[in-house]
Amino acid sequence: MIDGMKGMTVIVKTISSWVKLLIFLFGIYIVLFGHLTPGGGFAGGIILASSYVLLMFAYGREFVEANLPLGLASKLDSVGAFLFALVAILGFAFGGAFFANFLYQNYLPGESLRLISAGTIPLSNIAIGLKVGASLFLIILTLSICCHYEAGSEEPNDDEE
Amino acid sequence: MLILYVLMLFMIIAAVIAVETRNLLSAVICVGSIGFVGSLMFLFLCAPDIAITQIVVEVLGLIILIRATISRDLTFISGDKEFFGVVVSIVLIAVIFLAGMKVLDTLPAFGTAIFTQVPDAASQVYLSEGLQRTGAANIVTSVILDFRAYDTLGEATVLFTSILGASAILRKKSRRRLG
Repeated sequence: MIDGMKGMTVIVKTISSWVKLLIFLFGIYIVLFGHLTPGGGFAGGIILASSYVLLMFAYGREFVEANLPLGLASKLDSVGAFLFALVAILGFAFGGAFFANFLYQNYLPGESLRLISAGTIPLSNIAIGLKVGASLFLIILTLSICCHYEAGSEEPNDDEE
Repeated sequence: MLILYVLMLFMIIAAVIAVETRNLLSAVICVGSIGFVGSLMFLFLCAPDIAITQIVVEVLGLIILIRATISRDLTFISGDKEFFGVVVSIVLIAVIFLAGMKVLDTLPAFGTAIFTQVPDAASQVYLSEGLQRTGAANIVTSVILDFRAYDTLGEATVLFTSILGASAILRKKSRRRLG
């Protein structure tokens, strides 16, 4: 798994492969508990993306691209956006207004300070976390591809410029 | 309150260094330190939510900027500054400073919230009835995902459009060869 040619040294690779899991878990915690503690979809999504950025710095771009392909990342991005819009439209269908918190108002009233509470807010947090994480990961990966072509000449760039 | 002024002074010094330095890498690091101190200020103002977002965005933005600048050859700026540009910028800074002094006189004093002066302000309703009406213990989340969810939808749309444009411009190969 650890090939010595690409990326940084073995120490950095080993440490970052452990720390990456912790960062990823912390991002999931921030997203899921966004309605109870400080944080939420935006901050948690950025933490999720930064765990992959750490992996990219340690192992190189190819490893990360094999781990989470570009197509899967853009699908996750679209799924997050779709889920967020779906929550809004479901609020219109069941609650009578766009973005109405129909789950809280109709089915779970009075439940607060628990993990499953606050109706549609945790669902929106999860959707935004997916969307922000995948978007930032895609942006950084695209920028690194751009730098890769300008700096090195491993693959010939056959685009007209 | 004194710590805020110290941090603000640090931010101003870092901003001046970031503008004046000729090394792009140190300018990028100065910008990152400005963001870090900004998140510290949010922490001292008891806003941990914004502090988390600020620090992650600044650190990650710093990584992106380093990534974008470090492969360029042009890490040093050469050439003299034009006289006209300097004069215009000084005049602009003076005008904005004077206008800002006038505007700052009309604002409420630092640390007094506006909803303590207006009885039926929306922010007061959010604070006092947010838990009952949304069930979310985090008031910030209840505002951005329930009361002001349209705003969040707009932000998500901005993010989606920006990543769409970035991956369309910077993609690896053109999908269809022209000619």
